[in-house]
Amino acid sequence: MNNENNNQYKHGFYTQIEQESFPKGLSEEIVRLISAKKNEPDWLLNFRIKAFNHWKKMEHPEWAKLNIPEINFNDIYYYAAPKKKESIESLDEIDPELIATFERLGIPLLEQKRISGVAVDAVFDSVSVGTTHKEDLEKVGIIFCSISEAVHKHPELVKKYLGTVVPYTDNFYAALNSAVFSDGSFVYIPKDVTSPIDLSTYFRINAKESGQFERTLVIADSGSFVNYLEGCTAPQRDENQLHAAIVELVALDDATIKYATVQNWYGGDSEGKGGIYNFVTKRGSCLGKNSKISWTQVEAGSAITWKYPSCVLIGDNSQGEFYSVALTNNYMQADTGTKMIHIGKNTKSTIISKGISAEKSSNSYRGFVKFGPHATGSRNYAQCDSMLIGTNCSANTYPVMDVRNSSSTYEHEASTSKISEDQLFYLKSRGINSEKAISLIVNGFCHQVFKELPLEFSVEAVKLLEMKLENSIG
Amino acid sequence: MIKIENLTATVEENEILKGVNLEIKKGELHAIMGPNGSGKSTLSKVVAGHPAYKITGGSIKYLIDNNYVDLTTLEPDVRAKEGIFLSFQYPIEIPGITNLTFLLESFNQVCEHQGAPAMKEKEFRYFLKPKLEMLQMSESFLERSVNGGFSGGEKKKNEILQMSVLNPRLALLDETDSGLDIDALKVVADGVNRLKSADNSIVLVTHYQRLLDYIKPDFVHVLYKGKIIKSGDKTLALELEKKGYDWLIS
Repeated sequence: MNNENNNQYKHGFYTQIEQESFPKGLSEEIVRLISAKKNEPDWLLNFRIKAFNHWKKMEHPEWAKLNIPEINFNDIYYYAAPKKKESIESLDEIDPELIATFERLGIPLLEQKRISGVAVDAVFDSVSVGTTHKEDLEKVGIIFCSISEAVHKHPELVKKYLGTVVPYTDNFYAALNSAVFSDGSFVYIPKDVTSPIDLSTYFRINAKESGQFERTLVIADSGSFVNYLEGCTAPQRDENQLHAAIVELVALDDATIKYATVQNWYGGDSEGKGGIYNFVTKRGSCLGKNSKISWTQVEAGSAITWKYPSCVLIGDNSQGEFYSVALTNNYMQADTGTKMIHIGKNTKSTIISKGISAEKSSNSYRGFVKFGPHATGSRNYAQCDSMLIGTNCSANTYPVMDVRNSSSTYEHEASTSKISEDQLFYLKSRGINSEKAISLIVNGFCHQVFKELPLEFSVEAVKLLEMKLENSIG
Repeated sequence: MIKIENLTATVEENEILKGVNLEIKKGELHAIMGPNGSGKSTLSKVVAGHPAYKITGGSIKYLIDNNYVDLTTLEPDVRAKEGIFLSFQYPIEIPGITNLTFLLESFNQVCEHQGAPAMKEKEFRYFLKPKLEMLQMSESFLERSVNGGFSGGEKKKNEILQMSVLNPRLALLDETDSGLDIDALKVVADGVNRLKSADNSIVLVTHYQRLLDYIKPDFVHVLYKGKIIKSGDKTLALELEKKGYDWLIS
């Protein structure tokens, strides 16, 4: 592992590992190579080809409040993976260098060191390198593996749901991902099962000039419950790197999925150089009645974030939630928010968004709430608060409503505040130094979101914000 | 404890303090009185280091380890760590952070600076118990967000609670009696009296004499238009109550 000079971003190291990658650039041949490499069935290859052909006809989206430099899609490696043995029987056979990498990231994979109570699927560049706690989960019938493995072992489930929540026609990056996705996690929770432990995926970008296009599919069968956590980091580099993921969630009758993300991709340096372009489509379908999907995200990294975890509330009485903290500093840009599409009767959605902008960054909330003609008795509550630290940053809010029936109710609250001199002085006059004072104020501001996170994640999120803000105080 | 000499200070270009001279010794209790707008709150904020106030002349010397040091070079949090405490006239709300978290952070940072051991939450709660009782505050205060939705009286009690936690050497109590009903005033005054010792100094900044019925000052000063125009003992306060400020001004 290489230690690059890095004080602000502690995950910025690079792992020296023998890797294989396909030639740079995107063509049907590359799409076929990826599919062949994974020994995929024809239906999946056809899905990729259709997505690729569709993508070729699409224009890059320009509607977000983001300044995205032109991306040369032919200058990216679409597949990069550590070289490994043909099949790995147990996690003990994983390259020690990879084990060490994840350990350094706080994700021990080996049995004796695992985090108890959390099963982890570790994704390194384009492939999943291992999944912990598999046996414990199998006992209750839960399937938790890489999506590549699921394609072979559980094709009926993958075929039934893949692309149903986010079709490849959905948007530019969804089409791109559908064509070239390499790996990601697959989860199936059987009927009436509450997952005994939290499931989590840790995404690590390592290879240079490679894109990461992972795909996650979570299916919660009737009456089941799962807590899912996602973390991401990348080495610190001067070049930008593309990460275009898709996450699809499906909740059947009475099922609940809670999906939490702490995103800390490298965000570029203080001059705005480098960082990850994080263009992600996340959507959950509350297909069954009384189902519930809850998104919680702490977006603290990436040079550019373009991400709107959404819920399609199809089943009657289903519920969607979106709790978000988006922090930008340096020259980072974030355009993030959610869509809540109310289709079934008496559906309910809650949106709590907290944007924090520091230094020269730009942070936008974009929300869309739709009540369809049959979504009678449905409700939405949205609260969007922005906090500015310093005078060179900006915050914007773009809420849009579309109401097609007369019995739905909605409420929108928005606020923009600056960390006030008086608040800071008050804390300092009690012996609390500037950095800690800002961190207390910011944590208080984010409290409604942090309390939705599992404890370890919330501790992690607090630390992460503290670290990010350390140098943001004038 | 503190020597203020010829102090002038401005806020937003307006000169508020126009040459204040004041010396407070260890163990003394001073009251600073004066009509609205005379500069009373400014004086206490300047001593605590509020960034909106600019010192334009004079000096503030504060006793640290038997040496008088230039207080103005120290950041507000360092002043607090060195034993200066300001009880705010209008305590600030910090949403989302519990009083307990706030008090513990404050206490531990000050302890760390003074070389005292930090406390864990459980021990700290135990430590707080008698202080809450002294101020007739319920323990549920600790779980509420800092000053969030507190009544005026609760906010002031919360200030004195903080004072009791930090055990300052120099406490400046800015209009601590305002917004208090008579029962709360007695509780707060009783708290201040118990916190008073031969080793610390207290400055009461007040508009009215009524607080001085409960806390007896050694010295009373009248601040008017940014200057101390009269000093005396506690009888001065009574005289002011009877005659108002006009006789001093004309």
